[in-house]
Amino acid sequence: MEVDSPHRQPLFRWKRGVWARADRWSLLVVGVALALALPVLTVFVTALQPPGAVWRHLADTVLADYLWNSVSLMLGVGAGALLIGAPAAWLTSIHEFPGRRWFEWALLLPMAIPAYIIAYTYTGLLDFAGPLQTALREWFHWTRRDYWFPEVRSLPGAVAMLALVLYPYVYLLARAAFLDQSVAVLEVSRSLGAGPWRRFFAVALPMARPALIAGVSLAQMEALADYGTVQYFGVSAFTTGIFRVWHGMGDSAAAAQLAALLLLFVFALLVFERLSRRRARFHPAGNRRHRPARVALRGKRRWLAAAACLMPLLFGFLIPAGQLAVWAARTAPQVLDGRFLQLLANSLLLALGAALLILLLALVLGYGRRLRPWPLTRLAVWGAGLGYAVPGTVIAIGVMLPFAAIDRGLDGWARQWFGVSTGLLLSGTLTALLFAYCARFLPVALHGVEAGLARVRPSMDDAARSLGAGPRAVLWRIHVPMLRGSLLTAVLLVFVDVLKELPATLILRPFNFNTLAVRAYELASDERLADSASFALAIVLAGIGPVVLLSRAIGRSRPGYDAVP
Amino acid sequence: MTPFLDLTDIDIAYPPRRVIENVSLRMDCAGIGCLLGPSGCGKTTLLRAIAGFEPLQRGSIRLRGVELSRPGWTLPPEQRRIGMMFQDLALFPHLTVADNVGFGLRGWTTAERRARVHDLLRLVGLDEYARRYPHQISGGQQQRVALARALAPRPGLLLLDEPFSSLDVALREGLAREIRAILLREGIGGLLVSHDQFEAFAFADEIGVLRKGRLLQWDSAYNLYHRPVDRFVADFIGQGVLLPGRVGEDGRVLTELGEVDGALPAGYAPGDEVEVLVRPDDVIHDDASPLSAEVAERAFRGAEFLYTLKLPSGARLLCLASSHHNHALGQRIGIRLDIDHRVMFRRGSGAGAVAGRND
Repeated sequence: MEVDSPHRQPLFRWKRGVWARADRWSLLVVGVALALALPVLTVFVTALQPPGAVWRHLADTVLADYLWNSVSLMLGVGAGALLIGAPAAWLTSIHEFPGRRWFEWALLLPMAIPAYIIAYTYTGLLDFAGPLQTALREWFHWTRRDYWFPEVRSLPGAVAMLALVLYPYVYLLARAAFLDQSVAVLEVSRSLGAGPWRRFFAVALPMARPALIAGVSLAQMEALADYGTVQYFGVSAFTTGIFRVWHGMGDSAAAAQLAALLLLFVFALLVFERLSRRRARFHPAGNRRHRPARVALRGKRRWLAAAACLMPLLFGFLIPAGQLAVWAARTAPQVLDGRFLQLLANSLLLALGAALLILLLALVLGYGRRLRPWPLTRLAVWGAGLGYAVPGTVIAIGVMLPFAAIDRGLDGWARQWFGVSTGLLLSGTLTALLFAYCARFLPVALHGVEAGLARVRPSMDDAARSLGAGPRAVLWRIHVPMLRGSLLTAVLLVFVDVLKELPATLILRPFNFNTLAVRAYELASDERLADSASFALAIVLAGIGPVVLLSRAIGRSRPGYDAVP
Repeated sequence: MTPFLDLTDIDIAYPPRRVIENVSLRMDCAGIGCLLGPSGCGKTTLLRAIAGFEPLQRGSIRLRGVELSRPGWTLPPEQRRIGMMFQDLALFPHLTVADNVGFGLRGWTTAERRARVHDLLRLVGLDEYARRYPHQISGGQQQRVALARALAPRPGLLLLDEPFSSLDVALREGLAREIRAILLREGIGGLLVSHDQFEAFAFADEIGVLRKGRLLQWDSAYNLYHRPVDRFVADFIGQGVLLPGRVGEDGRVLTELGEVDGALPAGYAPGDEVEVLVRPDDVIHDDASPLSAEVAERAFRGAEFLYTLKLPSGARLLCLASSHHNHALGQRIGIRLDIDHRVMFRRGSGAGAVAGRND
């Protein structure tokens, strides 16, 4: 029997350029990867159509706005995340001050709040009828025209909201970089007379630059992908534009063209991020075992440091979560009914199902690549790992276009031959949604699976094989039980990501099917902010799970790259 | 008769590098063999090819006449019934000792499996540790578990990839002997990979010396020591020096220490410049001998001294002498040669020729 010999000729040899000896595992890996790439490929292929009337109309009117707003968002969020994340990381990783141990992980908490939820919350807090303005008017006996108050529902407002929840990307990577830096370098600069500020700006910051760029790029990718915040604030960005053209104008080609343009930005960031990470590895780490003694801050400074770390936590988590809790407590009696439970069940089951499916696919890809480490399988797995950069809106239309076409084909065929209509078998059911989740969130699970597999020595596989276990048996009897921890983590991360996901769910959910995220969005859009709080709070509570995991990773001696998807 | 293990003209390559070149060897019965060589010589690759983890570019591997590998076709390892012990042992950390041993017993009934696991654990003296996990037992015990696990499915051949290298020397030789006894009792052939000749001598009946992907000699330990066919083998196995000499008219070789007898191998003619392999046990300390040499270094080994002697020409010689003969550095002692198997090499060449004195 010849089926699973691990070392036959590579599937694809660059030199000879021949396709040789495909086998089940390599075909499976390549097949799964291609399927997951379908949405992006569809978007690009569709975008290649000649521009139609809608596109020309867009180009004449709003395209400049989209570009301006999205680029401003990207730059603003990047700057904001850097300004919050890097100093926080510098303070908590090198210094000692009251609450430092606590801040180290608590600074991650804003990650638990999806941007669209923090946006609703601050809108409720800061708008004319909100508690802050009301209080100001009461104290100073102002009326409407007496004062100026910043409008939160604006481009700067969106930048602030996104920066508040996305800075943890910069914080995490910067922290890992600072901890990894050679102590000797810092001590030398100290012995050369550099004070704390100079050490930060002249030594530590330049050395951490690759990590900072990587963190900023990740935050910027998320900012470009955001739909809920900009939609709620009425800022016309690419994502809202795609949605509008798709739903409002029904022009799939123009939507795909917008999506392709957005993807170009995202991929540019992605390349940037990957290059920076690669460079980050070249930086001399020095003697890592020798931990720096933390610089103990004294006097006023220690309280300043604590206050500086408290700010992002306060505005990024405590205030919005507190406001949500207040609203939820007020509206819970009306909102918590059978329909809430139904939504909760929908969301949890959908997220769990998607997480398990994604884990399975990630296992297939990760293990397939381990079995067949050939150029083509590597390329396939690498390609499948890019999905996290693709905005949900883009994935959604990339799924909708081919699925709708298949449905039309099936329906026509069934009508012709059997006289029945099959309706929307794929695009109208959960299939489309699950598929979109797979394309978007597979990289999160894949990252965990691959990191886990890398820790299992190859001799484990060999030992099991020599004891009569085939490749699949090795996967189920050796890897899965050994990787239980990593796999659980992967499932949890994907679970929460799916729970929070908004734009793809909005576009692809079957008729009459609702989730917590969608319901929170709908209620907030109807200006029923208080009513939406219970739904939002459920999502935030679920989002704390991954933060706990990350904070545990931080507790270990060398935290860092593994922590960010 | 069908040989037990038969490797024919094997090439293995990780393109563009060829790791194994034209290796052939056969074990006629299910005895115990060893592949010996310095690190990087390809011995582990060859072992992995026999296990089914590496494909062949050329040649074939047969076990009891059944072809297991040929170019473009490799029987998967799980179907070969060849057991393997790994250098890092590769015990499954999530399974107990008993479950590790029973891992390969898929398809057995529960009762059969339990009985087999029990038998094996008793065989290796670990029946009390069945419920422990690998990290809860000592290194030597882990080694035994790995052995029991590899033996459990009754493989026809057991491959051992330097499994003792993590143990200290005393434990190592004992375990090697123990495993040897178990293999012989169970009728299982064994093939060990090692870079340690003493481990190889203790374990194997037949030993192959590999260098840079080529098998230089496949022979008994005795013959490797006394009749190396290659300068590298002569150097790698045991100690010794090469003493320059010249082939005389009657086939004797004239050296600084007199004449060395032996039949002249083909290709040598009187007058050829050669080197003769002189082992420490070929040099007899004899006060009555007219020949003498100066003690340059000495190493006390308990029962004996290993002297490094300096000849008048400056050539050095190793001499093993009983520890009663305690000589100081610089002292001249009488010696004579007693070479049983004359091994000589053309000066400056690699290939050697062996000739026993009585051949």
